[in-house]
Amino acid sequence: MQPIISVSHLSKVYESGFEALKDINLEINKGEIFALLGPNGAGKTTLINIICGIVNPGSGTVTAAGHDIVTEFRAARSLIGLVPQELTTDAFETVWATVSFSRGLFGKGKNPAHIEKVLRDLSLWEKRDSKINTLSGGMKRRVMIAKALSHEPSILFLDEPSAGVDVELRRDMWEVVRRLRDSGVTIILTTHYIEEAEEMADRVGVISKGQIILVEEKTELMQKLGRKQLTLQLQQTLEAIPASLDGFALELGPDGNELIYTYDTQSERTGITRLFKALEQAEIRFSDLQTTQSSLEEIFVNLVSTRS
Amino acid sequence: MNFHAVKAIYKFEMARTGRTLLQSVVSPVVSTSLYFVVFGSAIGSRISEVGGVSYGAFIVPGLIMLSLLTQSISNASFGIYFPKFVGTIYELLSAPVSFIEIVMAYVGAAATKSTLIGLIILATAGLFVPLEIQHPVWMVLFLLLTTVTFALFGFIIGIWANNFEKLQLIPLLVVTPLTFLGGSFYSIDMLPPVWQTISLFNPVLYLVSGFRWSFYGVSDVNIAVSLGMTLVFLALCLTVVWWIFKTGWRLKA
Repeated sequence: MQPIISVSHLSKVYESGFEALKDINLEINKGEIFALLGPNGAGKTTLINIICGIVNPGSGTVTAAGHDIVTEFRAARSLIGLVPQELTTDAFETVWATVSFSRGLFGKGKNPAHIEKVLRDLSLWEKRDSKINTLSGGMKRRVMIAKALSHEPSILFLDEPSAGVDVELRRDMWEVVRRLRDSGVTIILTTHYIEEAEEMADRVGVISKGQIILVEEKTELMQKLGRKQLTLQLQQTLEAIPASLDGFALELGPDGNELIYTYDTQSERTGITRLFKALEQAEIRFSDLQTTQSSLEEIFVNLVSTRS
Repeated sequence: MNFHAVKAIYKFEMARTGRTLLQSVVSPVVSTSLYFVVFGSAIGSRISEVGGVSYGAFIVPGLIMLSLLTQSISNASFGIYFPKFVGTIYELLSAPVSFIEIVMAYVGAAATKSTLIGLIILATAGLFVPLEIQHPVWMVLFLLLTTVTFALFGFIIGIWANNFEKLQLIPLLVVTPLTFLGGSFYSIDMLPPVWQTISLFNPVLYLVSGFRWSFYGVSDVNIAVSLGMTLVFLALCLTVVWWIFKTGWRLKA
């Protein structure tokens, strides 16, 4: 797939000496939703801010649709919309005025029909004449998204879009993001809500201590790194796991009525058939069974903790 | 050139003036008018002419210049400081605009507001003291050069400041004293020779002198020197602003 953003050997050291990014190489494909995950201080916002022009890069290059963000900043930035992490809005402007201002700032002429569509999509149309300081936090977040979409960007950065947002608004935003992706917009989001990445992302990148640890298709990542668990509901409680089952990665539930078997979905043999035979020989019977797969959150925590 | 961006920022800044009309326009006009009432009409009638000009009329260019300097600085500095303060500067930095376009918009808006205030004060002065403008083209030229130059200076202060106190520091503790000591209320001929020499190091003297010359044809220093000093200060401010945007000083990490 054709990359719309290319980051090559990007490093950044702040004046304080803090090394925020270390030799980052990353390609983001056109039309995908890319989730950038990482703990606090990992370098997510620095990376986004460099691509958007808010922070000066140290070394390395970044291009947006082939345009260098430094030497061809005008062409590069006109393609990009940014919703920053902090709720930073004007206070005394109306919603309509501030969104129209953003469109002008990005070099686009007036287009009331587009502004109206954006405001309607984000359920802001009724509030178009309201001053921003009269809006709730959730509404202000929508205004920031509307501002970022005002100039019809083909790349949209959402830096922690769900921070401080209620469940309903979060769902609404996900819907808007999906619609944007369907219309061809590339979306890069950072989030602490792994559930959000799991729900929406096509690909996931994990950054820790200024380095990209991995970039992977979300489904592949979950298959590769995801562990599955088989839980067996026992007909009779056990006090301990019999010695004949020592070769299996089994855990006994707290009440002694569950056996939990953890296995790797990628290995050639999961060992389930062998386990069932061993259970039969040990005369352990079960009344029910279920399987669960580890979430992206568990994968993420494992990855980051392994690195540190 | 991103004209849409220049227009958007300019309109945004002018709209802010519209929302704060009392503070932005009425307040400086009223406070300057009080000078005309006190020094022009009340006390001025008891003071002899300066350079063949009545005292009330003599102080008009200096008072307009005082207003132009303070208003240009405060409008431009607040215009760029406020987005930094509330965080909306991210939008400006991530937009496809060059530093020239940003400066044109902010400085243009600040200079427009100050010029309007200057013209209103000039019209108001005409109500209190007899006025004549011998060189109207030069008067307009000095007015525009001063507003643009000091709006640029204010823009630099707005970027430099990282709190509201610093925003007020230079205008209150540097610019206003320099204006008062720069011949706004007197001709430097009235000072002892030592103070006359010291006054020549005050850049505001050249602005007031040149501006007053455009009104009455009398000045403390040669008009060419006044113009030259103003242009030097303009070039200096432009260089500093260019450097700020080149390095991202106080704007970008």
